[in-house]
Amino acid sequence: MSKFPERMADVLGTPPAIAYLDHAATTPLRPEARAAMLPWLGGTFGNPSGAHAVARAARQAIDEARDTIAGVLGCAPNEVVFTGGGTEADNLAVLGVPAARPGPVLASAVEHHAVLEPLEVVGGRTVAVDRRGVVDLDALASALTPETTLVSVMTANNEVGVVQPLSDVARVVRRHAPDAVLHTDAVQGAAWLDIADVAAGADLVSVSSHKFGGPQGVGVLVVRRGTPLQPRAIGGGQERELRSGTHNVAGIVGMAAALAAKASARDEESTRVSALRDRLADGLLAEIPDAVETAGRSAVLPGTAHLTIDGVESEALLFLLDEAGVCASAASACASGAQEASHVLAAMGVPLRATAGALRLSLGWTSTDADVDRALDVVPTAVAKLRVAAGSLR
Amino acid sequence: MTAARVMVAMSGGVDSSVAAARLVEQGYEVVGVTMKLWGGESDTGCCSVSDVDDARRVAQQLGIVHHVWTFTDDFEAHVVDPYVDAHRLGRTPNPCIECNRHLKFDRMLRRAQAVGFETVATGHHARIVELPDGSGSGSGRLALARGADAAKDQSYVLYVLGQEQLARTLLPVGDLTKADVRAEAERLGLRTATKPDSQDVCFITSSAGRSGFLSRRLDLHPAEVVDAAGASVGEVEAVELVTVGQRRGLGLPGGSATRYVTEVDVPARRVRIGPPEDLQVTEVALHDMVWPAGLVEGDVMAQCSAHGIPQPAQVTSTASEGAGVTATVRFAAPQRRVAAGQSVVLYHPTADHVVGGGIVS
Repeated sequence: MSKFPERMADVLGTPPAIAYLDHAATTPLRPEARAAMLPWLGGTFGNPSGAHAVARAARQAIDEARDTIAGVLGCAPNEVVFTGGGTEADNLAVLGVPAARPGPVLASAVEHHAVLEPLEVVGGRTVAVDRRGVVDLDALASALTPETTLVSVMTANNEVGVVQPLSDVARVVRRHAPDAVLHTDAVQGAAWLDIADVAAGADLVSVSSHKFGGPQGVGVLVVRRGTPLQPRAIGGGQERELRSGTHNVAGIVGMAAALAAKASARDEESTRVSALRDRLADGLLAEIPDAVETAGRSAVLPGTAHLTIDGVESEALLFLLDEAGVCASAASACASGAQEASHVLAAMGVPLRATAGALRLSLGWTSTDADVDRALDVVPTAVAKLRVAAGSLR
Repeated sequence: MTAARVMVAMSGGVDSSVAAARLVEQGYEVVGVTMKLWGGESDTGCCSVSDVDDARRVAQQLGIVHHVWTFTDDFEAHVVDPYVDAHRLGRTPNPCIECNRHLKFDRMLRRAQAVGFETVATGHHARIVELPDGSGSGSGRLALARGADAAKDQSYVLYVLGQEQLARTLLPVGDLTKADVRAEAERLGLRTATKPDSQDVCFITSSAGRSGFLSRRLDLHPAEVVDAAGASVGEVEAVELVTVGQRRGLGLPGGSATRYVTEVDVPARRVRIGPPEDLQVTEVALHDMVWPAGLVEGDVMAQCSAHGIPQPAQVTSTASEGAGVTATVRFAAPQRRVAAGQSVVLYHPTADHVVGGGIVS
């Protein structure tokens, strides 16, 4: 069994390599991001808020990064608010809007915990999704009131990959609650979709750098002009006083470079990776009896393959996959590293017995045929082993 | 059986840390797993984030793979719910024994086997020995013997282990005293070397206590306290929290002779007290008997609590050998009554290993 890898090359390099199929959790750093960051991890430095040459250089770097990001996300540069990641962006949106303008808050039942936890804090409620995992527009319409202050519906789901019909959501929200702010958590979506297009109707958009090949610990909340929002982190007044704190210059320039690289490779990557994903999912469904694809493939992100496998336990399956060098996931991982029962699958009405055997394989920009081959070799074998054990142990 | 690979259940405490370290030193291929059992509040427990952190950091130090497995639903169903139900009936359950029976040595063992680990190790203070067959050679039958550290011996809470479980379990610190374990952890520089021992029930916090925990899960009822003659002498706030043998917290006037709870009658909302002699019994009926190496009758040493003093007794199975699920234990000398729900563990009269055990009816 391998020890903890010390270099990425040990992970992604020559055999015996690891088949990394957990891009929805985090992605390897793109070379463009690394190149952009390196100067800021060595000779160059600076606090962008200062009044001297060193500070000016740092300011210029984040200003240029801001322009790049605004261009890709389809907003004005001064609508880009840098945060410490996707969770912080989601928290700022869900806590910050009702703080600025009190009123009822709604979110879809399949949101990430970074939305659901603050939703609970502000006394908000969830809106049901259908069996496909798509937010129920009728339920949304009937939950909206003219007083509703915020609606949060993710661009695409982190577990099952289902893409939400955001323009329809925006239309319903505008009709029934014209004053409501629409937030979308585009943390997963930004790795694949043209956010400038799909999230055009949203007032607030969260993205996280490390999901599209940028560094961890940095993200953006797009805040369209005129959106009521009260900051969470206050102090030095950075980011138009919406997010105080010295800028993470290396992180920001890395994120911008990754996003630009992602944008120019988007069509090619989506086509290439969805073909890999299809081969993977089709292969697993063919090889594993009683495996069910959780969501219709036409409605999910190109990189996500989510299955439920009858008669196995996700944690046992992940253990065997890990042993065989396949990195995968079940539901979202909690802080202790344990796999939690999925609120997403519950909201979609997936039977409890099936949720016990959930498996998410998520591909990304580094995924190859060899990764798929490895998974097609390892996963059915592991499932068969667990089923034999379950049969003989009962 | 020689086991090349061992899965170690690592709680984040010093005992299981050293257990893992010893197995690594002995050349086993070791994988560590921390069982996440309880999702609620906890002082230390087995499953708080900080305990998982400790287990993981020790695993990193030892260079072994570490996983966290979630068994919270099973823990709720097999340990917490029965604990609450027992209190509802006025019994005094031992959740650690049920956790060992249903979680550590069942659920965990089965999961380990499913992923290819025939052998599981824990940090319990007890030893697994092979019984002699009478002719000087081994019988192939295993038994659980006391740990080397009499004060830390945990054989009482492990009496539920049968032959298959004993055969698949390693207890690498059973031959060490607690001081040895800490010294070993110190020598290896393990971060858990000076971590305090866990205390009490892992899912009950010291701030809320047993009553705080139970009051959220069942209705507690006040009860009348009566003396042996049935005369009312006081009142308690919650009959479900009273245990046979208890002498404090009964609202009795000070200065009088010590009185003990002799009977808890939840439906009647009545607690009966009496002088110590009313608590004395000469026999106890047990159910859910476990006979790890087959039915035993005759002389045993009976231990009635985790660190109780073993008493000479005679055991009689009160069911057929095939179904031997109940038993009667007759003490050589009168004993303090043991509350229903507690376990009585039976040891070999001379060899000091577990021969059986059951729950007080």
